[in-house]
Amino acid sequence: MAENIEFELVTPSALVMSEAAEMVVIPGAEGDLGILPNHSPLIATLRPGILDIYEGGKSMQRIFVSGGVCEVQPEGCTILADEVLTENEITRASAEKRLVKAKKTLEETIAHAKNFREVNDAQKRLAIAKELMSIAEKIEKGS
Amino acid sequence: MPSLKDLKTRISSVKSTQKITAAMKMVAAAKLRRAQENAEAARPYAEKMNQITAAIATSFFGIEGAPDMLVGKKSNKVYLLIVCTADRGLCGGFNSSIVREARRIVEDLTSRKKTAKLLCVGRKGRDNLKRTFASDIIDTYEGIGKQGVSFEEAIDIASRVADMFEAGEFDVCTILFNKFQSAMTQTTTPQQIIPFNNPQTTAPEKPDNSGSDAVYIFEPDEEEILADLLPRNLSVQIFQALLESSASEHGARMTAMDNASRNANDMIDGLTLTYNRTRQAAITKELIEIISGAEAL
Repeated sequence: MAENIEFELVTPSALVMSEAAEMVVIPGAEGDLGILPNHSPLIATLRPGILDIYEGGKSMQRIFVSGGVCEVQPEGCTILADEVLTENEITRASAEKRLVKAKKTLEETIAHAKNFREVNDAQKRLAIAKELMSIAEKIEKGS
Repeated sequence: MPSLKDLKTRISSVKSTQKITAAMKMVAAAKLRRAQENAEAARPYAEKMNQITAAIATSFFGIEGAPDMLVGKKSNKVYLLIVCTADRGLCGGFNSSIVREARRIVEDLTSRKKTAKLLCVGRKGRDNLKRTFASDIIDTYEGIGKQGVSFEEAIDIASRVADMFEAGEFDVCTILFNKFQSAMTQTTTPQQIIPFNNPQTTAPEKPDNSGSDAVYIFEPDEEEILADLLPRNLSVQIFQALLESSASEHGARMTAMDNASRNANDMIDGLTLTYNRTRQAAITKELIEIISGAEAL
């Protein structure tokens, strides 16, 4: 399979990655999506999870995204992510710290939130932290 | 005629001012480079975001029950103006041009019997606008972009704006900022952010080979994506404006300080010339006195 798709990963502060890949597995809001060349146009929201980039039949790079949107065209795939962490950047200690902080913020927001959105935001943050934690644990077991 | 001593103190004070302005210029130049890099790094995200939102938006136009943030409310009586200025002065016409434009817009709105509300970003803008529109200013954000503009700061402002929109406090929101063109020129740009300004409906249809007119599959459905996308798009647009504004500020300051250093240089030259002339005159006078004294004997 010689065909590749142009894969782009963008965050608000930088273009993280722009390269050709054989397949990209995206953590879609309603389940993982494997994007191959000539995929029909698609717009999907992402859940916090691992982004898998395949080259030569095996996973070459795994990147954590905290959420965002992706747009797929037959020739390429663009991901607009909120936050991106490569596997090396994820450590158990930092994930734990984040989880504790997210839990605390959620409690505080529920205690004196002015509106629904604030609670929603805090819940989202907690979900991201939880996912990051489970990934950190997996990495630890693997290595 | 100022005395020699006066001239000497003048010269040394101008010299120390020049040192300060030269240092400020260097600092501004370094900050400008960073701000410019940041602004450029953020551009692909903003462009893509706009494209995706536009792609979804087109399928929503003219449909009953489309979100207000996208198509706008029925009334357009209350306008919210976000004014991006700097926290600090000494940057030439940077702040005053924004304030002038803001004043013009508000006066225009009042003359058309609309209400204007102001949200100031940066202390200078607030200080200036407070004199005439004190009652219209809702709030001021200070210290934005001190360590470079972060996306969190933009989200902060965006969620505040979204809350106000949902509470029905305004109908149309425009952000006013200095768009960075070069270190010498910045253009004041008003940009409408609520309701969503669709480039495909405002700009003439241009041939697009990226295939953005393709029919998309949506997952989950359009409404859910849109509900997620619109606030995100709002933050991105505000973020972009803040970045541009911060780059413009440093550019304007650099140019202003460069001019100031050059003016100081001219002034030192002029003062040194007067100083030397005065000194020469004093010497000549003394000589004449001595000679005429000797002659009189």
